[in-house]
Amino acid sequence: MTAQPIQAIAIGASAGAVQALLRILPALPVAYPLPVLIVVHVPPDRRNALVALFQSKCPLPVREAEDKEPIAAGTIYFAPSDYHLLVEADRSLALSWDEPVNHSRPAIDVLLQSAADAYGSALAGIVLTGANHDGAAGLAAVGEAGGIAIAQEPGEAQVATMPAAALAACPSARAMTLDDIILYLLTLATT
Amino acid sequence: MQGQVQPGVEDIEIQLLLEALYQRYHYDFRHYARASIKRRLVQARGQLGFASFSAMQDHLLHDPATLPRLLNYLTVQVSEMFRDPGYFRALREKVIPHLRTYPSLKVWVAGCSNGEELYSLSILFREEGLDQRTLFYATDINPNALQAAEAGIYPLDQIRKFTQNHQQSGARSSLSDYYTADYGRAVFDKSLRSQVVFSDHSLVTDAVFAEMHLISCRNVLIYFDRDLQDRALGLFRDSLARKGFLGLGSKESLRFSCHAPSFADFVREEKIYQRREP
Repeated sequence: MTAQPIQAIAIGASAGAVQALLRILPALPVAYPLPVLIVVHVPPDRRNALVALFQSKCPLPVREAEDKEPIAAGTIYFAPSDYHLLVEADRSLALSWDEPVNHSRPAIDVLLQSAADAYGSALAGIVLTGANHDGAAGLAAVGEAGGIAIAQEPGEAQVATMPAAALAACPSARAMTLDDIILYLLTLATT
Repeated sequence: MQGQVQPGVEDIEIQLLLEALYQRYHYDFRHYARASIKRRLVQARGQLGFASFSAMQDHLLHDPATLPRLLNYLTVQVSEMFRDPGYFRALREKVIPHLRTYPSLKVWVAGCSNGEELYSLSILFREEGLDQRTLFYATDINPNALQAAEAGIYPLDQIRKFTQNHQQSGARSSLSDYYTADYGRAVFDKSLRSQVVFSDHSLVTDAVFAEMHLISCRNVLIYFDRDLQDRALGLFRDSLARKGFLGLGSKESLRFSCHAPSFADFVREEKIYQRREP
């Protein structure tokens, strides 16, 4: 199988997420062509403040994901609090209120596994800082589907547990610093 | 669609399994949102001990005892009483004043699962003095869920959350007035279901059965694909009395539906809609 160009980026982050994402997302320029789907663990009773925060910092449009919404190019989508975010085969977004996975709703595994199904080798999956093991099975699914699997360099992550677990679960995953992740994402815009 | 991934063997197996479920037992999940159905089927396959979806299909076709076990994975939804207290507060403060003007009321809890939402509404209507003139319909496709709803028994460790939600909904009483604690379980008062009809009803295949003043259907439509959502919303439209109310889940909306013109926003932020004049 020849590698096809990446068509979507899916990111999961937990403890330390905001600081890490504040490095990555504002670095994506206007007219960046790929959609970015993001799950961050936030307490269920907190209204999702992430969208407002990142809207003010990012050149790209930032939105809370809506059920049945077609995925638009160059748009950053956050999972709403207390709902799982999934990708359907027709590349629209779906939400669910199924039970928490890895004690989390939204769960990173749910996003990465469904996105790997929908995009196959055209997906880049990224697991950032966090204090649990969510995202490990998801990143393994990204790798198995032939996509690009990336975990934040654990030594650099604010909390190393989550990226380390993802690296252990996914043999094809590469460990990258935030700077390298940004460079990689920018090269995707030119291919 | 360009660049779309070819369906894998598992996706083909799932399609065939859902077709078998429909043809053999008339449970139609073919138009449920597929990504969630797949997750649930993967869970069922693991926990029921099947090597593949094809093996599961074989059992399903030849052994009817497999059906209820599988249905529990496909349909049962764990919920909370007074989940999203703001929704119940909006019903209490904005919708109830309209409902008071009717001499008799019909309320439909569509997809009632284990009954948490039904008991929430039953308590709310009693607190507002409307319980005696209201008939509730609680429907679901899963017979186990309907039984659980009819029993009205919940784990005691959930009561704290239920109580907190209830208080935030603008409660006029204490939740503890409505249940008795018994061996780690909270058993809800049977008078709360004295005006409830529990019934098997499918939003996928069944039709209008009564004229409603309020339909509450929360976190059910997100599991349907767009065609099926349109079918269900058409059914709700045809079931509602003139100026009747429809309440959806906090992340559900009419925005992408062909039936949107039939409804007006009533409490926009709580996803409560009102049927427009036909």
